[in-house]
Amino acid sequence: MKLLVRPFAFIAVLLVIWQVAVNRDTAQLLPGPFGVVRGMGDLLQHGLLLKYVVASLFRVTWGFLLAAVIAIPLGLTIGWHRRAEMALSPLVQIFRPISPLAWIPIAILWFGVGDLAAIFLIFVGCFFPLMLTAMSAVHNIPAVYVNVGRNFGLSTADFVYRVIYPAVVPQLIIGSRITLGIAWLVVVAAEMIAVNSGLGFLILDARNAGNRYDLVIAGMIMIGTIGLLLDLGMRSLERAKSFRWSYSED
Amino acid sequence: MATETGMSLPVRDLKLRMERVGMAFERDGKSVSVLEDINLDVSDGEFICLVGPSGCGKSTLLNLMGGFLVPTQGSVIIDNQIIRGPDPRRILVFQERGVFPWLTVEGNIGFGLAKLSRAERRERIDHYVQMVRLQGFEHTFPSDLSGGMQQRLQVARALAVNPDVLYLDEPFGALDSSTRLILRGELLRIWQRERRTIIFVTHDVDEAVQLADRVVVLSARPAKIQNVLTIDIPHPRNISSARYLEHRDDLLKRIGLAYTA
Amino acid sequence: MKAFNQPGRWEKFFWPLLAATLLLSLWHYSVLWTATQVFPSPLSVEKGLAELLREHVLWSDIADSLRRVALGFGTAAALGIPLGLMLGWYPSANQVLNPVLQILRPISPIAWVPIAIVLFGVGDHAAVFLVFLGAFFPIMVACTGGVSTVPSIFRRAGRNFGLSTAQILARVVFPAALPQILVGLRMALGISWLVVVAAEMIAVDSGLGYLVIDSRNSGKRYDLVVAAMLLIGLIGLALDIGFRRLERIKSVRWGFDHES
Repeated sequence: MKLLVRPFAFIAVLLVIWQVAVNRDTAQLLPGPFGVVRGMGDLLQHGLLLKYVVASLFRVTWGFLLAAVIAIPLGLTIGWHRRAEMALSPLVQIFRPISPLAWIPIAILWFGVGDLAAIFLIFVGCFFPLMLTAMSAVHNIPAVYVNVGRNFGLSTADFVYRVIYPAVVPQLIIGSRITLGIAWLVVVAAEMIAVNSGLGFLILDARNAGNRYDLVIAGMIMIGTIGLLLDLGMRSLERAKSFRWSYSED
Repeated sequence: MATETGMSLPVRDLKLRMERVGMAFERDGKSVSVLEDINLDVSDGEFICLVGPSGCGKSTLLNLMGGFLVPTQGSVIIDNQIIRGPDPRRILVFQERGVFPWLTVEGNIGFGLAKLSRAERRERIDHYVQMVRLQGFEHTFPSDLSGGMQQRLQVARALAVNPDVLYLDEPFGALDSSTRLILRGELLRIWQRERRTIIFVTHDVDEAVQLADRVVVLSARPAKIQNVLTIDIPHPRNISSARYLEHRDDLLKRIGLAYTA
Repeated sequence: MKAFNQPGRWEKFFWPLLAATLLLSLWHYSVLWTATQVFPSPLSVEKGLAELLREHVLWSDIADSLRRVALGFGTAAALGIPLGLMLGWYPSANQVLNPVLQILRPISPIAWVPIAIVLFGVGDHAAVFLVFLGAFFPIMVACTGGVSTVPSIFRRAGRNFGLSTAQILARVVFPAALPQILVGLRMALGISWLVVVAAEMIAVDSGLGYLVIDSRNSGKRYDLVVAAMLLIGLIGLALDIGFRRLERIKSVRWGFDHES
């Protein structure tokens, strides 16, 4: 309990400074903490908050899962076969730094403005990090395990299922956590440009349709909170008992 | 069982033969020769130790015997067949981290037993848990076991599939000296019960003299077989006896020579 | 599984070229077969690229994007490194600040756009601010983490030799944490590049991100869109490689024996 007092006190101090700064600002452009809370109440009342949160989460889930289902097996395979990696790694390196948002025109071209475009953008944003994580995870499998698997004469399917999969899962989860964070970033930006609902849209819309900066900040806080919850959720997954075996010394 | 004759076991069929085996690796475009002209015959049920200076290629030799590497010259013949890869009939025990951390003791021992019926598997696992004295730890994960226990687990996993040959690559090297002594005794105990061919790599001279029927001394790289010494002391070997010390000193001398060969 | 067969050196060039050729052919033919009017073929992208190069606007766009990255990233590093080191060194301070940081961190820099516009108006400063936000947290986290993983042996050795706290920080902790800090910087650079492109799509009127959006909006020039995308990828890659070169300087290299 004592551990929590100081950080909370610090936050309280920040909030006070914020409120004071707002009070002294005659232009009244930005709201103070109370204004934001009231704004959130507004959103909850109109049921918009829940609707937008669900929309954003929906897109993130779909985009992430689609990317995972394709990128992870692909990455594991590429990481395993050196020649495949030689072939594809340079291409991956070129595509990776292209911001998912740079794909927006293409997304709109192919899917029009809407959910699919947003999901596509999240897919693109998750695809390369997940693939690279899978490749790296395969590289990091200690050679010992591979040799034991070969020694015991396992069939290929057995080998993948009983040696490779358990050995890569811990790293995949860590990589997934980071990628989920990226997905959350992308969805917010995508919703500002390519869709008409969701938390990102809320932020832009609240400003455009009336300078409701209280809603803007309320939206930002929601974004931060949900992002944090996603991250914490993944971390607890990392700690789940069956994954405890991983590399506890790292 | 120890006999009163010179050898501690009767010579049976030829199990493993290395015929003019040589191994070279490509490094930075050049060919580096690690082993040259290795000729060795190992009988079924023999306990062989490979010793030599660090980095001389003992592990490479072991990997060749196990089929994890293909020799650049010559061939490795087991049971009258040239071997072509790893096989569950010849299991290698690694120096460390060889057990799967995501499986319990039971899970590890049962790793190679997927093809057996549940009852058979159960029986085997129990048998080997007992043999390596890990009773009570069946559901423990390797991360909660000491180094010595993990190595015992590896041996149990290896034995559970009834291999003909057991390779051990400095298996006790990462352990403290008292644990090493204890495990040596246990390995001998198991070997005397189950009589498999064992090929054991070590840089520890004492270990070689305590365990082996024959000790193969390798020279420095590119390694050749420098000597093959026969340790004709019956088990259990008294490490303070004169004969033991004679063999030990002899071996030390030869390894000393090995460095300048 | 057969034994090891080492790929030859020629294969390092052969396979990627093969893959790239296949990909380009696939692209080219799918454009032909679907008879799409809008999506560009590789050739039209190449022509578009040439067009961009001829028009000097491209160079100023690239310069703008890079400049914003430099400013935002530089500021983030200047503030984030000392702050991160301090938080790593004084865990009690970290305890106090950490919750606030954990809440702010997952807020996408892009979500700050409206605030940025209020504070700085549409233009350069807003973009730099957004880049700063994107880079600041990863840098700080890397520094804090880097310091906390410095083995206490090193700290004690520093004390033993009579160094003051400031000296220990500068001469022992910082070099020890440097590999991790550099990795964090490199990632922050990558993030900066992503953010600047995004920011230029929303909050500014120049730069590569703007080029992407504008090419579409003013004339559906998808050949220019794709050309700009490729440029973004190549420059981002160049930044990454350049930074990795930096990491390889010998005095830092000791920390990277397991880094791919």
